[in-house]
Amino acid sequence: MKYSILIFTVIILSAVGFYAGRSRSSKTVNGEIRKLHSLPGYYGFYVALWCGLPALIVLGIWLAFQSSVVTSIVVSGLPPEIQSLSDEEMSLVINDIVNLAHGIVVGRPDNVLLAAAEHYNRLLGTGFLALVAVVMSICIAGLGFSMRYINPAMRARIKVEQTVQVLMILCSTVAIFTTIGIMLSVLFESVRFFNQIPITDFLFGVHWSPQIAIREDQVGASGSFGVIPLLTGTLMISAIAMLVAVPIGLMSAIYMSEYAAEGFRTVVKPLLEVLAGIPTVVYGFFAALIVAPFLRDLGSKIGLDVSSESALAAGLVMGIMIIPFVSSLSDDVINAVPQSLRDASLGIGATQSETIVHVVLPAALPGIVGSILLAVSRAIGETMIVVMAAGLTARLTANPLEAVTTFTVQIVTLLIGDQEFDSPKTLAAFALGLVLFIITLCLNIIALYAVRRYREEYE
Amino acid sequence: MQLMDNLIMKRDEIIKPVGNPFLNEERVKISCRNVNVYYEENHAIKNVSVDIAEKEVTAFIGPSGCGKSTFLRCINRMNDTIRTCRIEGEIRLDGENIYDKNVDPVLLRARIGMVFQKPNPFPKSIYQNVAYGPRIHGLARNKAELDEIVITSLEKAGLFKEVKDNLDHPGTSLSGGQQQRLCIARAISVQPELILMDEPCSALDPIATAKIEELMDELRQNYTIIIVTHSMQQAARVSQRTAFFHLGNLIEVGDTNEIFVNPEHKLTQDYITGRYG
Ligand SMILES: Nc1ncnc2c1ncn2[C@@H]1O[C@H](COP(=O)(O)OP(=O)(O)O)[C@@H](O)[C@H]1O
Ligand SMILES: [Mg+2]
Repeated sequence: MKYSILIFTVIILSAVGFYAGRSRSSKTVNGEIRKLHSLPGYYGFYVALWCGLPALIVLGIWLAFQSSVVTSIVVSGLPPEIQSLSDEEMSLVINDIVNLAHGIVVGRPDNVLLAAAEHYNRLLGTGFLALVAVVMSICIAGLGFSMRYINPAMRARIKVEQTVQVLMILCSTVAIFTTIGIMLSVLFESVRFFNQIPITDFLFGVHWSPQIAIREDQVGASGSFGVIPLLTGTLMISAIAMLVAVPIGLMSAIYMSEYAAEGFRTVVKPLLEVLAGIPTVVYGFFAALIVAPFLRDLGSKIGLDVSSESALAAGLVMGIMIIPFVSSLSDDVINAVPQSLRDASLGIGATQSETIVHVVLPAALPGIVGSILLAVSRAIGETMIVVMAAGLTARLTANPLEAVTTFTVQIVTLLIGDQEFDSPKTLAAFALGLVLFIITLCLNIIALYAVRRYREEYE
Repeated sequence: MQLMDNLIMKRDEIIKPVGNPFLNEERVKISCRNVNVYYEENHAIKNVSVDIAEKEVTAFIGPSGCGKSTFLRCINRMNDTIRTCRIEGEIRLDGENIYDKNVDPVLLRARIGMVFQKPNPFPKSIYQNVAYGPRIHGLARNKAELDEIVITSLEKAGLFKEVKDNLDHPGTSLSGGQQQRLCIARAISVQPELILMDEPCSALDPIATAKIEELMDELRQNYTIIIVTHSMQQAARVSQRTAFFHLGNLIEVGDTNEIFVNPEHKLTQDYITGRYG
């Protein structure tokens, strides 16, 4: 709360700086704006940036390090017998102190801890006062400094634009660093997993039953971590999904871009895209409660043994979900095929369908392939539908009427419930995540490459 | 206000062309009678009647937007592919009305080749570009016959010597002039009776243009050619007859020599001498 008031004050001061800078700049030329290098607003922004940016940066750094600095000061003030505790016990003590400082009292705390908590609070209090002083003085110094620099020759616009550019670069790197961070953590945890389970067992094993004994004498004590059944399950469901999505998506894309009247297209395309906006959990219970029982009943009527959770049900529903990925992107690429190619083909007496098959589709092919691959990687990563409709049993089978399981489902089940953080069972989730990540990454790279080649040819 | 009315009247006016639009029956390949074309409310071609002579080059000239391309596209019914376009009147190819209900525009277009303003080869190999038409119309019974057709078409288009070692290269890798000749080869691969060219040289440099003009002179031995051009010199060089359009009207038509030496209509005079616009 106190901190947000501080931030708010900085922002208000920046706003004041903006107006001050703006009016100051036009005063230096007696209102003859054309004599200024930049428009007065840029001088305003210049002052506002000087006023707000350094102060907010300092504030951020301060807040990032405050708690660890304060904690270490508190710890160094503790009696020696506590200081000599092991690291883990120490962190418990620190936890207690912080809780006490926040007023969470459990049982009857001893006096040493109470004193430490008070010390902690006192430090935070002084820290805050110091912070206010530092931030405010930076703010005002920035304001005064930049106001003095305002003169007609100063290139305020260029400086402001450069600063904004740097800010934009920082924002865009946030996404990059997050991705790198996630990748590294998945990688390191996977390496830990492979230290316990050989990587060849993982990649080539045909049994997946990730039970690890908690007691020595438990039944089924040894887990096995063969990823092959998950891979086949994932591939089978994705294949079924693509068998549904590619023909339907492609046909509707061709219809929309080549045959349909403009009015029809403007209505139907957004409607199709709504399919992609339905939450996957809704698809999930649609699959589990409607499609799967329907398939089982249908199967029993014609004498087929369909299990109530089947790859087929999950795949069908997933296929419907990804239709818009295929249709919308394909429609875009088909539309981007130049009209002159269609004219050329029609001009030598090809029918419209011959033109589509022999000219339009081949020309759009790389883009269509790209859209299909994006849809595949979407299908492979899909979780909710498979959790609900495809089952949890890892089975190495080619029969789509049986229950199978996928990477994503297993990651979910591995992490549900209480876990030891360094048991192979938990770490297996990271290894599965890594495999999944590598598969979809490869698909995406191929897809982007295909789409880019297509662009090069037509732009 | 009076002035406005006059202008509007003028735009909608239907003018009777000077010169002789009609020909002796033996020479006629196409006869157009009272052709009107509308794009929704826009009356783009106004009651045009004209004959096109067989095995000659006929040039359509006129300021841009006057309807040359529109009229050209009526002749192979390419306008059918434009939803907003409506056509009235009669166009007879060898005496048969191509807008008759029984006529299949697809079959009609196989008899009429078209070359477009911007070279538009398919993103396929040179060979496949030329083989496309014969394939869909089933003109070759086997690979050898198809090869034969492709090679003669490329030869007729004056391109074979330049590409004979690279038939498998993409058509789009050729230069602009070569691409346009490839498009001509593609158009003649299905042995059309008629070739329509819509400003075929407007995207080309003078040397490539000269080659195409030379080619047209040869092709006219065997084909009837209609060329739309905005270059007066080109019309004078390649065509035997010229039709001048203005605001959807056919203003003047006649032998090229006469039109260029002795234009009768004031508008034609202005346009040809470059005083127009
Ligand atoms: N596809 C189209 N849709 C609507 N109007 C068109 C279309 N093509 C041409 N027009 C209109 O028809 C008139 C004649 O155009 P066009 O035949 O292209 O002229 P030109 O080829 O002589 O420059 C113009 O007014 C143009 O705006
Ligand atoms: Mg034109």
